[in-house]
Amino acid sequence: MAIARPDAGLLALTDWRIEPVGDRCLQIRLGDQVSVSVSQTVHAVTEWLLRQRWDGVRDVVPAFTTVAVHFRPERFARDKGPAFAQLSARIRDVLVEGVPAVVHAGCEVEVPACYGGEYGPDLEEVARACDIDTAEVIRLHCATPLVLYTFFFSPGNPFAGPLHPRLNVPRRATPRTLVPAGSVAIANGISSIYQNASPGGWNVIARTPWNLFHVDRNPPTRLQLGDRLRFVPISPAEFDAMLESRP
Amino acid sequence: MNLMRVDRPGILSVLQDGGRYGYQRFGVPVNGAMDEWSCRLANVLVGNAADSAALEITLNGPTVRFAHDTLIAVTGADIAVTAAGVPLPTHCAVMVRHDVPIAFGHCRRGARAYLAVRGGFAPDAVLGSRSTNLRAAFGGVEGRALRAGDRVAVASPYREMLPLARMMVQSVMASVAAARPAGANGPETGNAIRFLPGPQWERFEPTARKAFETETFTVSSQSDRMGYRLEGPALALSSPLEMVSEAVSFGTVQVPPGGAPIVLMADRQSVGGYPKIAYVISADLPSLAQAMPGTALRFQAVTAETAQRELLAMEDRLDTIAAEAARLLGLPSQ
Repeated sequence: MAIARPDAGLLALTDWRIEPVGDRCLQIRLGDQVSVSVSQTVHAVTEWLLRQRWDGVRDVVPAFTTVAVHFRPERFARDKGPAFAQLSARIRDVLVEGVPAVVHAGCEVEVPACYGGEYGPDLEEVARACDIDTAEVIRLHCATPLVLYTFFFSPGNPFAGPLHPRLNVPRRATPRTLVPAGSVAIANGISSIYQNASPGGWNVIARTPWNLFHVDRNPPTRLQLGDRLRFVPISPAEFDAMLESRP
Repeated sequence: MNLMRVDRPGILSVLQDGGRYGYQRFGVPVNGAMDEWSCRLANVLVGNAADSAALEITLNGPTVRFAHDTLIAVTGADIAVTAAGVPLPTHCAVMVRHDVPIAFGHCRRGARAYLAVRGGFAPDAVLGSRSTNLRAAFGGVEGRALRAGDRVAVASPYREMLPLARMMVQSVMASVAAARPAGANGPETGNAIRFLPGPQWERFEPTARKAFETETFTVSSQSDRMGYRLEGPALALSSPLEMVSEAVSFGTVQVPPGGAPIVLMADRQSVGGYPKIAYVISADLPSLAQAMPGTALRFQAVTAETAQRELLAMEDRLDTIAAEAARLLGLPSQ
């Protein structure tokens, strides 16, 4: 999609559409492929919609190429058509003029990660699939900062990219029933960290000792949307020394 | 402050409210009641705001007692509940005497019952909600299911003396029940679960679409608050599809590569990456939430207009019941 920049502080949106997600949610599609520039648009639209503080809207949720808006149909006028149509019209009204660009300070964050072995059980399989050795997988995973696109799956669980093209592997054919907390995993050009132990279908190549979520902090996430993550290899001994509790 | 003491916890008794909305952008799941209708109904029956925290009781219930005489309501699954051994009516407000054991049995029909108390359960809210996030272990009672010996705070309205409370003082009974407002029932079960076709509906084989609409699917034993796994005919895509993960909601039906659909429920994640064949309409989620593992389900396509009409009708029913409940309790009308 094309993003024109009519003036310094405003993103003009030229190619987007609104789709229903069931009967209490809709999403604004701002692109079809995951990219840093689409992600910046997603974050700008998210910020702008959050600032509207509309009655009847209870959540605004950015993903890679979309922004979801969760709403309560009962809070919309009964005589003005479906809630979906009313909310879509409101969103069009505020997006058509463009939205303020969110300037990401882009904190670069060095994330410690212990690669391979029990910490990254899929490292060797990823190396085979990419036709490189495991050291090269680690080097490429750490080589460039990855932009934090979105959080989901569990609280504070980041998804960041783009990965080096050589590391392009799909999800595992069979999801694991239990992936340990802190697992660093890759799939489809994106890297993630499992904040909570849970089932999961991604290729686990490492584990971080960091805890990424605290309910008592504001915001509750250690990392922020738009941060640039640079993974730094550590040894198992360093992992043990740095291991943080997950309250 | 009033307290609920837990003598026996039941299999999975967790505090839930209207859900932890407003934090999904940090990856925080909504949680909240599985059967939103019954949870909200229990609250309005005791004169609470509909989205107050109530106890969600799964399959086999707890035994609890309250420090003060307390107005409660039990809704949802058909479950035996007694006060000092005497059966209590459900789906209406009941004043129960302090320190009397309130004992829940097994769910005879349906999977989840809700216990609301006048004033609402009141442990500290976490990120704006008292819903329990079991996986991340926060919210509700220390982020976990009830245990024997727990004491759960109950917020009592200041200096309130309801007519039922006066009757309790003058009586020797363990409980005094209010009348049941018309329409105060658990969700209907046994009907087809209605759905809106999902964004990838057309990407599934015609046989898969037909199967989803006409065949029977069984709720798998691997179902939980996060999702209902369905056993039945495998639902195949016409051609492989690798998707960019995007929004999912309560009731989204995802189909992973194996072809067995999963209906995302209260503890779902905020975003998902599998093809979405359908969305269960919000008005039918309470019925689905009451389906136990092994239950046979059928699905029926409806339009967005029907989904919205049914949702608003449900809201209107709740408002009517809330007004009638307040009148029966002698509460000022809102």
